[in-house]
Amino acid sequence: MRLLLRGARVVDPSQPIDEKIDILIENGKIVRMGKNIYKAKTQNGEESPSTLKTLDLRGKIVVPGLIDMHTHLREPGFEYKETIQTGCEAAAAGGFTAVACMPNTNPVNDNRSVTESIIRRARECNLCHVYPVAAISRRSEGAALAEFWDLKDAGAVAFSDDGKPVMNAALMRRAMEYACSLDMPVISHCEDLHLSAGGAMNEGFVSTELGLHGIPSMAEEVMAARDILIAEFTGTAIHIAHVSTAGTVRLIREAKVRGIRVTAETAPHYFTLTDEAVREFDVNAKVNPPLRGVEDVAAVREGLRDGTIDVIAGDHAPHAMTDKDVEFDEAAFGMVALETSLGLSLKLVSDGILTLDQLIRKMSTAPARILRIPGGTLKAGAVADVTVIDPAAVWTVDRDRFRSRGRNTPFHGWDMKGKSVMTIVGGKIRHHEP
Amino acid sequence: MRLTKKDLLGMKDLSIDEINLILDTAESFIEVSTREIKKVPTLRGKMIINLFMEPSTRTRTSFEIAGKRLSADTINISASTSSAVKGETLIDMARNLEAMNPDVIVIRHGASGAPHLLAKRIRQSVINAGDGAHEHPTQALLDMMTIKAKKGRIAGLKAAIVGDIAHSRVARSNIYGLTRMGAQVAVAGPATMLPRFIEQMGVTVHHRIEDAIRGADIIMMLRIQMEREHQNIFPSLREYAKYFGLNRKNIRLAKDDVLVMHPGPINRGIEIAPDIADGPASVILEQVTNGVAVRMALLYLLSGGKA
Repeated sequence: MRLLLRGARVVDPSQPIDEKIDILIENGKIVRMGKNIYKAKTQNGEESPSTLKTLDLRGKIVVPGLIDMHTHLREPGFEYKETIQTGCEAAAAGGFTAVACMPNTNPVNDNRSVTESIIRRARECNLCHVYPVAAISRRSEGAALAEFWDLKDAGAVAFSDDGKPVMNAALMRRAMEYACSLDMPVISHCEDLHLSAGGAMNEGFVSTELGLHGIPSMAEEVMAARDILIAEFTGTAIHIAHVSTAGTVRLIREAKVRGIRVTAETAPHYFTLTDEAVREFDVNAKVNPPLRGVEDVAAVREGLRDGTIDVIAGDHAPHAMTDKDVEFDEAAFGMVALETSLGLSLKLVSDGILTLDQLIRKMSTAPARILRIPGGTLKAGAVADVTVIDPAAVWTVDRDRFRSRGRNTPFHGWDMKGKSVMTIVGGKIRHHEP
Repeated sequence: MRLTKKDLLGMKDLSIDEINLILDTAESFIEVSTREIKKVPTLRGKMIINLFMEPSTRTRTSFEIAGKRLSADTINISASTSSAVKGETLIDMARNLEAMNPDVIVIRHGASGAPHLLAKRIRQSVINAGDGAHEHPTQALLDMMTIKAKKGRIAGLKAAIVGDIAHSRVARSNIYGLTRMGAQVAVAGPATMLPRFIEQMGVTVHHRIEDAIRGADIIMMLRIQMEREHQNIFPSLREYAKYFGLNRKNIRLAKDDVLVMHPGPINRGIEIAPDIADGPASVILEQVTNGVAVRMALLYLLSGGKA
């Protein structure tokens, strides 16, 4: 099957390109990019137009398929929250052609058989690429290393004990060294569990007023600092997940200046909301790390602008109503993201924080590079993972129309401008909105 | 004038007029408790459920007596464990109670915000009898009633609140109430007991009890929770009593006619010396008496009564 994407503005940070140009897709690959490919082909008789499906994308933006390198697909074990099928449907609907899924399933993805089963289920769903992130430690208990080499061979793309930080610095050192020798990234969920113990929201004026136990910003920062020190000492690389505080942004910025191999991601809620969102005890605003203060949001935005933060990843964390519809202290941490990430991130462009090229770099090209996976580019020969964005589409977030099983979003009812209208994975249209 | 709110969830939501309405109504109910037959028919046929998800003797009893003196039917439900542990969620429990058509649900819960969750889901009036470290509005109202009875006013008075402010719902509700009514509030405790940005609530912050109670008209001592010793909030009860306890010596820094208050139950000899707790400045038992009147007033006003 051949697919011609015509008339769109193409933004590809990997080349870099930002111009009106056509793209020809054949056998799941991008074969050519150029002006008026269609005309050129018919004139020299190379091509019969009937074998070609042409998509008129005037007014749209074509970008390399978006990649969310931090999701929770909940399968195996928590299928009542999300399945690989529903998670992939949500991903495709949100414009993502690939997701990396965290290992805090049941059983934990700390061995080959779980990794393989996730990959197999994802292939059966056939909606988007799914890249498993395997656990650093067995059962993510922070005691003994998982079998990194075997996990890599099985298809894992990174290691992380996401949700359960590695409290033991010696174990983290060994994990980073061993992973480095395999050319595999380690993703750190930075949270000192002694400092965050019992906390339900950011420690600040709002927690003081509400009488909720706070999670101090330094709970994140002390571990980010530790992991940066390990990376420096050992010469290995570290990727810092879901950066939420001004202090972490500063630590990463300084580390990068000093040549330490650190990369970082943040999530849309950390550059969009403050802990004021928790005011009415809204459990949908309960997330870990917690929504922070005004200065933190400003610092995260500045970190995105100046390149300190490489990646925007949603930390898509679907939960069932039964996990959320309880007292605030008892409610599960996390919010869904796949179907709101792009809309919230496009706001950075209209706010003048990022150019569209920079945004797509953070949502596609950079995560592909960090995870060493295909995608993140529209270069000839690359896999045809493409996202089509309608920048003018005005829409309202409606959680009842989510493909995800999770309804846990604080953005329900928000007005957005710009959305993905088509998701092409390996040359096949996996999601299309009229 | 009527109280137009469905619920009483916190002092933060109450206007000066609403506070005055509640205090004036409570004043008028004081007399009922002194009659030979301590009962009026005002709430006959109304049902009040006291849902206490955290141990409490004083507050629960006070609400029960308040309901009975107004001839309401009162039911007490105690659950020692949290709803999540028991298997039934708070919302399910509340909806079951709702289905039995009570008029008011009084809730005490260890989790901040639990009464708010309830109030959003059920049509009956909800009264917060203490939620986590958030608010305990009826305590603040009875404290303010006691102050008004003794001092004739609240505006312009200097109040000191001493102890574990971070974990105290009594402190928060009194800070909202007293500052709204025009009093000056000072808080004191070691830094481990003072939550971040507490000064933004309009109080002055002190690390020595002496600095807070100097020139005070009112001293509120908070109950020290023994189990906090193990969380390194303070090193020992002995040290706490020595440096943060109210005693015969440091009370001289306050005004001569200072009122000493305590939400109870007191730890004699720890946050308050026995001779101070029993001394002439203490209004601790008046607080308890006024608690019944304040709760009668709230039950009456939320059931649709006019002052």
